[in-house]
Amino acid sequence: MLDKAGFEDWLRELAGQFEIFGPKANDRGIVNWQKLNEGELPDERPGVPKGSIKTFFFPQPETLLEFSARPGTEDAFIPHEPGTEHKPRLVVGVRPCDARSVVLNAMPYEDDPYFHKNRQNVVLIGLACRQGCSTCFCTWTGGSPVGTEGLDILAYPVSRGYVLEPVTERGASLVESAGPGNDATGAELKELEEIRSKAPSSLPETMELAPRLREKGLMDLYNAPFWQQLSDSCINCGTCTFLCPTCYCFDIQDETLRGKGRRIRYWDSCMFPLFTLHASGHNPRGEKVKRVRNRFMHKLKYFPERFGPLSCVGCGRCVRDCPVNIDIRQVINELLAT
Amino acid sequence: MTTANERITQELRQRARQLLESGQVAAFVGYTSGSMPMVMQPFVARTPEETDRLEWNSFCVLNLANYLPALLKSLEPPRRPGDPPPEGPLPKVGVVATGCWSRNMVVQIQENQVQRERLVIIGISSRGMVDRKKVLGLVGHADVTSVKEDDNSLLVKGPGLEQEINRWDVIRDNCACCVHPDPVIFDHMIGDLKGERKLGERFKQVEEIENMSVQARWEWFTSEIDSCIRCYACRNACPLCYCPTCFVDDSRPQWVGKSIEPVDTAIFHIIRAYHCAGRCTDCGSCESACPMGIRMRILTKKLQKDVLELYGTEAGMSLDTPLPLSTYKLDDPQDFVLTESLKGEKK
Ligand code: SF4
Ligand code: SF4
Ligand code: SF4
Ligand code: SF4
Ligand code: SF4
Repeated sequence: MLDKAGFEDWLRELAGQFEIFGPKANDRGIVNWQKLNEGELPDERPGVPKGSIKTFFFPQPETLLEFSARPGTEDAFIPHEPGTEHKPRLVVGVRPCDARSVVLNAMPYEDDPYFHKNRQNVVLIGLACRQGCSTCFCTWTGGSPVGTEGLDILAYPVSRGYVLEPVTERGASLVESAGPGNDATGAELKELEEIRSKAPSSLPETMELAPRLREKGLMDLYNAPFWQQLSDSCINCGTCTFLCPTCYCFDIQDETLRGKGRRIRYWDSCMFPLFTLHASGHNPRGEKVKRVRNRFMHKLKYFPERFGPLSCVGCGRCVRDCPVNIDIRQVINELLAT
Repeated sequence: MTTANERITQELRQRARQLLESGQVAAFVGYTSGSMPMVMQPFVARTPEETDRLEWNSFCVLNLANYLPALLKSLEPPRRPGDPPPEGPLPKVGVVATGCWSRNMVVQIQENQVQRERLVIIGISSRGMVDRKKVLGLVGHADVTSVKEDDNSLLVKGPGLEQEINRWDVIRDNCACCVHPDPVIFDHMIGDLKGERKLGERFKQVEEIENMSVQARWEWFTSEIDSCIRCYACRNACPLCYCPTCFVDDSRPQWVGKSIEPVDTAIFHIIRAYHCAGRCTDCGSCESACPMGIRMRILTKKLQKDVLELYGTEAGMSLDTPLPLSTYKLDDPQDFVLTESLKGEKK
């Protein structure tokens, strides 16, 4: 257990080794991932920060390689590895749902060297949820407000500070480096137990969704009648996919500027018509209804069939910020009813 | 007692039901409420029964004109490229319109995106819509689970939260400076026309920025768009943005980089705003849709001001006034054009 001052000191120590990030309010009052300055603690408002944690694992953009774009020079257009630009990162205040998204994304990205390098370079210190928000539903997707999947350390917020639970080896050695800390009092241990037992009750009742959706007939879900009305409202923007921690689709482009070139991988979205546009001009998902359906079918049917769990951690970001109030929880209910 | 919005809701449902029942329209576009307080869902009713879901309140912010071109097209009999246009009248769509949305419909008609005779417009003179982000700001971005509306106040509730807010403190910036609340085209009105609003400081937000030094202006702009994630909700929420391939998506040629490099984000915002010059009605749909709270509509407001000063017109005020940037007149102002002779004349 570390009290707030002890936690601050510990972060101060770690700042030598890591760049430290966490949820922090900007001047508009929006809580998002930002660098934490000395003495700053993560914002503890219930729920997740605005933006996706994927920004640490799928940077926007990721430079895959660099090259000189000056014709005539000796190394013109010969690709080389990009220089690493930053120290290892430590992210604090990570909600369990967000950490779990990294584990889910690792399934399709099993062989992706860039993703793995980022995972090695990013340490995640979780913050258990005392309570969920009205948009939280981790308990439907296989997660929990006190889950540890994907984390290196889970911190339980108690009155004086945090009780730290190491999860991985590197997490354990970081906890070690914090020194003995304060002894947790009986009251604090009780608080800890209360978080563990009570937090889930502030959330929708736990459901084993993945097996139920896996059982459904693929074409029955695909042809369900509700997609049309759902897509009537959608404006096909990138809000849901860009804020979502488990949306991982990308596109690749070469960029050159003043003689320097780089190949970047940047976020793309199945909601954009260009996503599936073929060079021939044909677009297999040419209509909005097909794109809307794809986003949900990918998360709730294709991914579970291929990898087991849903590709959704129930963080509720898409629900919170969709400009037209399209709610994945309602889609889930529609699919269950199909 | 019922509120003004509740009365509008009732009448709207009746009108829409009647239109669908009588077969005058094939679909009716309005709003329904969903799971989130303060976010209305644009909604297409296709049967008379579905009109019971229609609702009207202060959070109807996504411009419905946005849905019209695609919806009208989807109701046409399918045809292949080169096939002759279908004979006889095509199915119609009913739609709700306040001042700005009706003006966007005028612009769409002038730009041949929709046909007037295929629309049945239910007009509502707008009292101004509420900015959800302002409400969230006032309650410290807390988890809001319900908002109850009265004519002049909002009761905002959430876990450990119960706060009454004066509606007029949280009105959207564009509504606060709107002088044309009445629909300019409509087939039926719900409630009365209210006439032009008298407003001294229509362009205050713009003037504040105009009065800054060049450096300070640039800093304002770069910090305003700093957190943009390039999700294009602003673009997609706008009824003016109907290009089959937007300049940001084009790859041959590639006009602008695709990631969130500051220079690329800046170009996106500047060009998007310019594409709306002389066409934007300041409906605020773009700004309301932005998840990051970016006030990009100040850019289009500036262009609205410039167009008004240079050409004396505002977009969509009448079907007979051509859009200033798609017409040419000999006496068009040209002192912004840099020619050698003009440079010599101006000191
Ligand atoms: S979804 Fe669950 S884990 Fe995520 S913030 Fe909400 S309660 Fe916490
Ligand atoms: S579901 Fe909502 S956030 Fe996602 S593309 Fe559609 S309108 Fe945008
Ligand atoms: S789909 Fe929505 S709720 Fe699920 S992980 Fe993505 S943003 Fe969160
Ligand atoms: S640019 Fe914004 S304010 Fe102007 S018409 Fe489009 S959505 Fe409305
Ligand atoms: S909606 Fe907001 S975040 Fe999205 S592209 Fe527009 S300004 Fe950027």
